[in-house]
Amino acid sequence: MNDAVPSEKLKVATAALCGCFGCHMSLLDIDERILKLVELVEFDRTPITDIKEVGPCDVGLIEGAVANNENVEVLREFRRNCKILVAVGACAVNGGVPSMRNHFSLVECLEEVYLDGVGLDNALIPDDPEIPMLLDKVHPLHEVVKIDYFLPGCPPSADTIWTFLTELIEGKPISFPYSLIHYD
Amino acid sequence: MISDKTFRIDGKKIPFQDGDTIMDAALRAGEYIPHLCHNPEFKPNGSCRVCVIETNGRHVSACNQPAIENMEVDNSSDAIMNLRRSLLQMLFVEGNHVCPACEKSGACQLQAVAYYTRMLSPHFTHFFPCRDVDATHPEIAIDFNRCILCKLCVRASRDVDKKNVFFISGRGINSRLVINSPSGKLGDSDVAVTDKAVAVCPVGAILPKHKGYEKPIGERMYDNKPISIVGDVAAVFSSKIYSKDVSTK
Repeated sequence: MNDAVPSEKLKVATAALCGCFGCHMSLLDIDERILKLVELVEFDRTPITDIKEVGPCDVGLIEGAVANNENVEVLREFRRNCKILVAVGACAVNGGVPSMRNHFSLVECLEEVYLDGVGLDNALIPDDPEIPMLLDKVHPLHEVVKIDYFLPGCPPSADTIWTFLTELIEGKPISFPYSLIHYD
Repeated sequence: MISDKTFRIDGKKIPFQDGDTIMDAALRAGEYIPHLCHNPEFKPNGSCRVCVIETNGRHVSACNQPAIENMEVDNSSDAIMNLRRSLLQMLFVEGNHVCPACEKSGACQLQAVAYYTRMLSPHFTHFFPCRDVDATHPEIAIDFNRCILCKLCVRASRDVDKKNVFFISGRGINSRLVINSPSGKLGDSDVAVTDKAVAVCPVGAILPKHKGYEKPIGERMYDNKPISIVGDVAAVFSSKIYSKDVSTK
């Protein structure tokens, strides 16, 4: 038996909801450790593989807050498929910067951007049916589905993500040194 | 007068004098008890409850509980840390604490105490309240989204500055910080950037203008060492910036 059969690798999926992709950049910031990571995990749906549908996975890493109906759909799909679902980064953990629009009504936001903005020509609010509908308010992930673990930070550092993944794979209790926990 | 009375925090002997609270004695002995609304320069307020400890089977706040000889205080069990974390999570969801967009981040006591209790998530459902930002004063801005109602500015403005600029209005969940000026705006009040009330804010609610993000990430107050070692933001701010500003007046 080959002890490196793919099925024994931890299956990991990732997605970015309403975020800036910074958390995914931070994941890539593990630098050459990514070679070790691909020995330990197999990626399912993630922007890295460009696989569009999520299948049964051990770990789902979600960046970004929930701001539109597509975000809700993707998040629920991940929850159905992932044994462990992780909120990665400030937006996923507490709404972050996107949630600052919660101070305003959706109408105010759309009018400010698409009707009253400076230098707009033929100003109109986009209504193409393919564009996801915005939610009234932005929510962190745990307000929509059950979340098993939280990695705060804007973004969580590469070392935080690396520590989390490697300790999870080794079956250790996850513990971070002081410098790896920050909210910004 | 030196007293030889002692009590114990987590088994460690702490000397105290008559009239000391548990917090007074702990601070003097260098024993850290997490706190937000407490500042040893002011009378205890007991509003944040983050200094909760257990003694004699009861949960009490260390800042206003008198020390008693031979009492045993639990300051660090998982149960106590979990209680404190829950209190902090409630404070976080009650306001709008967007750390990545706050210039106090890295030197914020709310954040630092949350790090100390290993808070990873807000856990509860966010209120996302709609609160104002008042930037009418030329030297000071106040962002009510970040106010945790610790009353330190209220106490400092009343007791030290003798100006009574800040008050808490309303009750319970409707409590909010208000400004004592004809328009209710900071710009119409007597507050000055050198006031103690500005220096004591433990969070990013009251901020001096024309500066911000002065220290890079990695060099800020709580970036590398926990608040139990670094100390309170108001104490450091007070000794470095406040005293300098006052002495150059």
